[in-house]
Amino acid sequence: MEQQFDTSKIGMWLFLATEVLLFGGLFVGFGLMQARYPQEFIEAHEHLQRPLGALNTVVLLISSFTMVMGVNAAQRSDKKKLVMFLTLTIICACIFLGVKYFEYSHKFEEHLLPPRWYHAQATDTVRDAQGNVSHGYGTFFAFYFMMTGLHGIHILVGIFLLAWIAVRANRGEFSHAYYTPVDLVGLYWHLVDLIWIYLFPLYYLIK
Amino acid sequence: MEWLRAMMLPAQGSAFAAEVDFVYMALFWLSVVLFIGIAFPAIYFAWRYRYKPGRVTPHQTHNTLLEIIWSVIPLLLCVGIFFWGLNGWMKYAVAPGEAMEIQVIAKKWLWQFEYPDGSRTVNEIHVPANKPVRFVMTSEDVLHDFFVPDMRVKHDIVPGRYTEVWFTPTVLGVHHVTCAEYCGKGHSDMQAKLVVDNDVDYAKFVETGGSEWEDYKMNPAAWGKLQYERKGCSTCHTLDGTKIASGGPSWKGIWGKMEKLNNGTEVLVNADYVRESMMLPSAKVVAGFEPIMPTFQGLLREHEIQGLIAFIKSLGNDPNGGPPAPTVLSLPPKPDQKK
Amino acid sequence: MEQSLKFHSKVADLPRPVKNYLNNDPGIWSWMTTIDHKRIGVMYLVGVMSAFLIGGIFALLVRLSLLTTHHTIFGIQVTAEVYNRMFTLHGAIMVFLFIIPSVPAALGNFVLPLMLGAKDVAFPRLNLASFYLWVTGAVMAVASMIIGAVDTGWTFYTPYSTTTSGTVTLMTMAVFVLGFSSIFTGINFVATVHKLRAPGMGWFDMPLFVWGIYSTAIIQVLATPVLGITLVLLALERVFNIGIFDPKIGGDPVLFQHFFWFYSHPAVYIMILPGMAIISELIPTFSKKTMFGYRAVAYSSVSLALLSFIVWGHHMFVAGQSQLATVVFSALTFLVAIPSGVKMFNWLGTMYKGNISLETPMLYAISFLLLFAIGGLTGIFLGTLSVDVHLTDTYFVVAHFHYVMMGGTVIAFIGGVHYWWPKMTGRMYSEKWGAIGCALVFWGFNQTFLTQFFLGSKGMPRRYYNYLDQFQPLHAFSTYGSWILGAGLFLTAINLLASLRKPMDAPDNPWGGTTLEWTTSSPPITHNFEDQPVLERAPYDYRPEVVAHS
Repeated sequence: MEQQFDTSKIGMWLFLATEVLLFGGLFVGFGLMQARYPQEFIEAHEHLQRPLGALNTVVLLISSFTMVMGVNAAQRSDKKKLVMFLTLTIICACIFLGVKYFEYSHKFEEHLLPPRWYHAQATDTVRDAQGNVSHGYGTFFAFYFMMTGLHGIHILVGIFLLAWIAVRANRGEFSHAYYTPVDLVGLYWHLVDLIWIYLFPLYYLIK
Repeated sequence: MEWLRAMMLPAQGSAFAAEVDFVYMALFWLSVVLFIGIAFPAIYFAWRYRYKPGRVTPHQTHNTLLEIIWSVIPLLLCVGIFFWGLNGWMKYAVAPGEAMEIQVIAKKWLWQFEYPDGSRTVNEIHVPANKPVRFVMTSEDVLHDFFVPDMRVKHDIVPGRYTEVWFTPTVLGVHHVTCAEYCGKGHSDMQAKLVVDNDVDYAKFVETGGSEWEDYKMNPAAWGKLQYERKGCSTCHTLDGTKIASGGPSWKGIWGKMEKLNNGTEVLVNADYVRESMMLPSAKVVAGFEPIMPTFQGLLREHEIQGLIAFIKSLGNDPNGGPPAPTVLSLPPKPDQKK
Repeated sequence: MEQSLKFHSKVADLPRPVKNYLNNDPGIWSWMTTIDHKRIGVMYLVGVMSAFLIGGIFALLVRLSLLTTHHTIFGIQVTAEVYNRMFTLHGAIMVFLFIIPSVPAALGNFVLPLMLGAKDVAFPRLNLASFYLWVTGAVMAVASMIIGAVDTGWTFYTPYSTTTSGTVTLMTMAVFVLGFSSIFTGINFVATVHKLRAPGMGWFDMPLFVWGIYSTAIIQVLATPVLGITLVLLALERVFNIGIFDPKIGGDPVLFQHFFWFYSHPAVYIMILPGMAIISELIPTFSKKTMFGYRAVAYSSVSLALLSFIVWGHHMFVAGQSQLATVVFSALTFLVAIPSGVKMFNWLGTMYKGNISLETPMLYAISFLLLFAIGGLTGIFLGTLSVDVHLTDTYFVVAHFHYVMMGGTVIAFIGGVHYWWPKMTGRMYSEKWGAIGCALVFWGFNQTFLTQFFLGSKGMPRRYYNYLDQFQPLHAFSTYGSWILGAGLFLTAINLLASLRKPMDAPDNPWGGTTLEWTTSSPPITHNFEDQPVLERAPYDYRPEVVAHS
């Protein structure tokens, strides 16, 4: 069993490595585009709602905490606490997605979208001789949607995984003798949180 | 071994080509030697040590010295070859300052070239022998690639930016230019001719400015319109009657008109007047304008001048499609008649 | 039969089990829901061979079209649009549907657990998922071919790929799905090698095939996600114009190439490392001699895996990357040549003073040595900057990569299929036809592709529908070679398939191999070994005293 647990962990860590590389490509792309359009990226990011982003960060950090508590409960064979903490984690995740919904709506309303649909904002200063805004603004939002969108999909998948684990936990499938799935989902969840920890400052905070 | 080189490589159109070929042939012989060094043992061992029942093979797990040798020697070889290649490449990578610059615009699926004096050719370039020439290239649509096998140069052409290639052609005649980055249906038909001329022929080419004008022989007004756009006339002269600040008179409806000059006299706008205005612009200045037009002496070829004359004529009295002014000279109208 | 019996080990065969993995639990449903790595390996084998057939047909059609400058195939006029689709599909199918999965998924799946003395891979259900992902990707790819097909080349360079009509999005999403198949296989194999080795098997007691598959798995895990995100970005650019690769909306076409090759260069090591891994099994076994320089070969596999990540720019010397990048990538590329060379010398050192028998797998192994040598040496030309400027984007490159991918990996793969055929099917193929097939393949391959080096160095660009008259004789010669190659491959396939009609009477160890898969029956029972094997003998140990006790 020990060998199986160890093996599963190796598998999950390897999978997480692939996730890092998947997002890594996008981070690299973002970095290159920022170097290309520095002024536009600075101006565009002012349109992001920092309070909401900060709220989401706190929510995810809390969810990671509840996740750790859940794994701990499983290790101690405490079924009630395990189900409770998993549920709390799911609730945090849903709050995260809810806040994201509001953020996205705002962007759509203001036409803060990829270049094809982007509407020039009054504060946009980088324009050509005809007054058209530079593509850099739209590119910022293209990356914004791609990266937060991909992250959001991972949160959604995480919710389903957590729900599945919670149902199994409720059925009494986990104890200190066997709690591998809880541990693995925990690892996945921490990575999803970690990715947000990088996304948040990159998009919302950096000048 | 020239026959072997000629079998494998194209004609050497530049000095650079000869250098590249030297490296290539050296690598070729090195590869032959190394290949034999691998193939011969492989086949020989298979025969010499062919199966015999009961034979015991030696238990050789490794030989550290041998393994070091056959790792270090290839490494040293590789380092040497890297520097050799780098050396040649550095010559290719930086064009000399005195190189003549030709602009290249690649698009699906043809080549457009523009010379420093503004003349343009399509799918054909003339360059003088033994002088370095630099191509500054961009694409209007997708990736293309400028490849001249005889010169051993090649570089991708990227939309949205400029890339460069240069060489000094040494061999007279026609060399082939071919697109080497897949660009769709017409990729394999995207060819051009690079003609390396001696000084006499090149001078003749400069005079006639390439072959593009031949397409307009039947339509000199259209050719003139192109010169209007390319030679800078549009900077100061409009076609719709409006005035450009610090510019010149609009060309709308001036053909056949009696133009008032700034010295009080009048002149008929005809072919002679137009030609004189291009060559000696201060000779007759239209009233209300400054004598600031630069001369185009030496900047316009004869067929370009004729094209411009035809174009202005075609603007007639109504550039929006009215009938062109008569080509026959008409008497100046009586003072109380308005045009 | 007699010829191979002389090699089998001194251990008397155990009585042939009545139930083996093939006939135990029969029926389509049990195969479709299997988690037995051997059955999954066999299903993969059928899948990739089908892909090879389709990709090969496209190849023959491409060469037929190039036979003359009239572009007719059997009298039918081929247009440029059709030609461009044919070469694109040939490349995409061969790379993504055939060669990347071939050795790891078809042979690796079957052999790896057996070699480790394990019952199965670490994650058997994930393994089945990998297979179904492959099938899904294959269906998507075929659908995209039928609906409208793709004409971008397998490299999908922008902005052509973001603006051309055709089923680019569907095809790239098919590749995305296939990528996950590859990633999950990689995860499975790394975990298996780390955790499921038999007692007594330390890292340096593993067969070299395992080292090769393990190194490949590392690349699969780390590189494939980058391809995944690149293709997603490409699809989003096409559908939503996000402005990353198309300069008209502020993007950079060269960025696509960096992203693409960051995966695709390691990918070519995903292709060759397993091929080399097979050769490292064949040569000691058929030379009856221990592997010369085992540790060097093991280390070279891992170092190739790591070095493969830092040379991607050598595909872009004339693409518009910075001059500094060009110089650095050329230098690093020469570094990566060394481990491959080391392996070649070690294989030759193994053959030296061996006791060599030329069964079909060994014929393929020797073919590999010759063909991969040419492939590797021509790589030097391409890494040399001044020469690469002339040769890149020409048929020289096409010849180079066919020598390493086909002359290397495919030749090794076919050798491996023959080698493990008795283990997988319990039958022996005909040696005579195997040898004839190998000879035809070797001859046909060289005629087809050696010619193309000369076409390239003479200035013939690649992906050309049309060509100058002066190139026609070489093109024709190459096309005739493709017919011989096709005939050889066809013959080889028939030989293997025909053996399936024979009774299942192959010995446990027809070749006298020393690795654990040869200690179990041919074909193996469903759970591989009757009892958990404990490793007592290092691989490739042919000392008589050791052989006597095995």
